[in-house]
Amino acid sequence: MERLRRKSQYIFALLANAYWVFPWKSPIYQGPLKKICFPGLNCHSCPAATMSCPIGAFQNLLATLRPGLQMGQLHIGAYVLGSLGLIGSVAGRMPCGWICPFGLLQKWLFLLPVPKLSFWRPLGRGPYLFLIVFVVLLPLLVVDPLGYGSTWFCKYVCPAGTLEAGIPLLCLDQGLRRAAGWLFAYKFIVLILLLIWCTLTSRPFCRAICPLGAIYGLFNRVSWLQLRFHPDRCVQCEACLAACPTDVSFYNGLDDLNSATCIRCLRCYTICPSNAVSLEFGPVREDVEQFYPKANC
Amino acid sequence: MKRFLPLLTTIAFIALLALGIWSGEVPVVWHKAITVCLSCIGIG
Repeated sequence: MERLRRKSQYIFALLANAYWVFPWKSPIYQGPLKKICFPGLNCHSCPAATMSCPIGAFQNLLATLRPGLQMGQLHIGAYVLGSLGLIGSVAGRMPCGWICPFGLLQKWLFLLPVPKLSFWRPLGRGPYLFLIVFVVLLPLLVVDPLGYGSTWFCKYVCPAGTLEAGIPLLCLDQGLRRAAGWLFAYKFIVLILLLIWCTLTSRPFCRAICPLGAIYGLFNRVSWLQLRFHPDRCVQCEACLAACPTDVSFYNGLDDLNSATCIRCLRCYTICPSNAVSLEFGPVREDVEQFYPKANC
Repeated sequence: MKRFLPLLTTIAFIALLALGIWSGEVPVVWHKAITVCLSCIGIG
């Protein structure tokens, strides 16, 4: 299973960045595939990107909502949210563990042999904060005199944009290099700090920042794919916790196995020696009480 | 009803996706994605 996941991460990272003729043709791909939202975080301004970034596209639609309404166009981001919701409702946060190129990068960095730090759990609310404030509210509410907002998350936070688009494009284009100022320097520092954090802590961007993961995480409890924990089979060996990249501690009841933090890498399912974790997949729940206990309803 | 929540969620988001396509969001997404986003790269 782990080998399959690794292959999936590599294949999707290559598919999302397959336009390798950019040094000789246009600086970025401009074909029809860019109409599709890639299910992971992958900047569409990356010279090799073949699909659009859902978070960038969603912000763009919200930032131009007011002028659009004045022209009679209702572009509220339904296409992007529909795309993400369709995937999320089937697989939950699985794209984070199996598809996202930035997740793959974090995995590589955490393999570096440096001292490790545990993740401070209150930071786990961060993705919702970034989603609500930087992706939705600021692009909608902070507008210029013509009614146009800005893509706040891309502009001030997103390290994928700096790494995949900013650095390559500045290397390729002298004009862009001359135009780069304090904003690029700030974003470069954010990127470096985040990359350092990734070497110390497992998946810190996914757990503390990523608004895309926050959206997918909302579907973990209602998606077709569900993980199921069987406490009667558990031998408390903690192998699942040691293997989990986001420290979901379900064996002792601290977390729900289908909590929004879980990136559905399925390592707990693979590694459990007593088969205490099982998978279920389907559009209809057979055992409703198991997934929606009355106490939580 | 809760038994069908996964299915209903999927149907709701397919409907939302269809609404987005119908309202003409796809060309807007495409147009934004084929131009270099200066904000993303830390210029504008």
